[in-house]
Amino acid sequence: MGKRVGLEVSFAISEAAKLCRPDVIAAYPITPQTHIVEELARMVADGELDSEFIMVESEHSAMSACCGASAAGARTFTATASQGLALMHEVLFIASGLRLPVVMAVANRALSAPLSIWGDQSDIMAERDCGWIQVFAETGQESFDLTIQSFKWAEDERVLTPSIVNIDGFTLSHVIEPLFVESQEDIDSFLPPFNPKLKLDPENPVSIGPVGFPEIYTEIKKQQNEAILGAYPVILEVWEDFALKFGRKYSPVEKFMTEDAEIIINLAGSISGTAKVAVSKMRKSGKKVGLLTTRLWRPYPFNDIRDAVQNAKAVAVVDRCLSFGGPGGPMCSELRSALYPLEKKPLTIGFIAGLGGRDVTIEDFTQIVEIAERALSEGFEEEYFMIGVRE
Amino acid sequence: MTDLPKWKAFPLAAAISEPGSATQQKTGEWRSEKPLRDPEACNKCGLCWILCPESSLFINEEGYYEVDYEHCKGCGICAHECPRNAIKMVEEEK
Repeated sequence: MGKRVGLEVSFAISEAAKLCRPDVIAAYPITPQTHIVEELARMVADGELDSEFIMVESEHSAMSACCGASAAGARTFTATASQGLALMHEVLFIASGLRLPVVMAVANRALSAPLSIWGDQSDIMAERDCGWIQVFAETGQESFDLTIQSFKWAEDERVLTPSIVNIDGFTLSHVIEPLFVESQEDIDSFLPPFNPKLKLDPENPVSIGPVGFPEIYTEIKKQQNEAILGAYPVILEVWEDFALKFGRKYSPVEKFMTEDAEIIINLAGSISGTAKVAVSKMRKSGKKVGLLTTRLWRPYPFNDIRDAVQNAKAVAVVDRCLSFGGPGGPMCSELRSALYPLEKKPLTIGFIAGLGGRDVTIEDFTQIVEIAERALSEGFEEEYFMIGVRE
Repeated sequence: MTDLPKWKAFPLAAAISEPGSATQQKTGEWRSEKPLRDPEACNKCGLCWILCPESSLFINEEGYYEVDYEHCKGCGICAHECPRNAIKMVEEEK
């Protein structure tokens, strides 16, 4: 059992990254992620961490440097948010396409314009299809644990796919939480050194990233997709190992009072905490409400989601992101799509909340459940509902 | 395309482990016009050889410049730049 300390969640991620002994960190500061890499830079400068810290001029360069380092066989870490993640966009696809197991923390934040430094999940949802494994943390402990676990599944020979740990900007990144920081010895025994299958090596020259003619591109993409789909059982394996070693259990989705629930709220990230309080309150007043928190977002846990909500009457999916002119939030449209083939399925109702740092309160969840109840009894025409908007 | 390797047969991320294997890519197949050199007009100045973006010209035993038709893409830069108009572009007959 590690040492229980009070730590800002950003620093917990820095600590987790440090314990994984990264060879290279390349990063550019951006709110609300800055504390993560600032602390890592301090660790390197103070001699606490033996890593190459590459100060770059932009996030595009940060991800490019990560790709180069990872291709040379280095364990590589970075962190970003919002506009920084957007600036990395094209290089994210190169990291996954070249099968480079970079690990990145993203402190989720809204996208400009209007300029907003505050939290929502628009940044990561715009990168939904970048081919990285993606998980969402709810708490500081999860942020710490998922960072360490990410290296293990990303670098697994069966996977070799980069991995993102999402933490909500400010509401998670900047809060101080009590959490267990594990010892270097324990992390060393959990996470073996990175042993790349393919690397840039003057002794055995290879070309990484050649042109893919139309005759081979589809086959390479199939190979890449099979790798991320195949990450699912490896992630479960990593979580089993982790639970055995550290006693903390993880699963692709987390069920809270869903067993007999008629209405299940589905969401991802730190607002899960508030949702649990809201669900407990509603249970006390006799409402059969449950909460399903999505932890694993890519690969999408189709069957975990189906199994968890199949017997409910309605699923209220809360997205902190809006697909303009589209079907509302991405988590909602994906869940609805996953349920579509089922003969017996709950009604899926989409909600948009918590954009650009707007708090999602217990009252908001009460309102969401009321709308879901009304939709069940009276039907509804809206494609989705925006919560808290002043009409 | 059915005789090409299946998806499982490709090396990780389509990496190439054989150095210099790009020469196996016969880019000459892309050509619609091919450069023809008039040996009478050529004075071995070498501008075509210097300016060819694909290094598809080589010097033969007599010191003249010849085209590597397996790799020449037919861009026509050599014909355009030759100060003695010793290179003509003619349509491929295929």
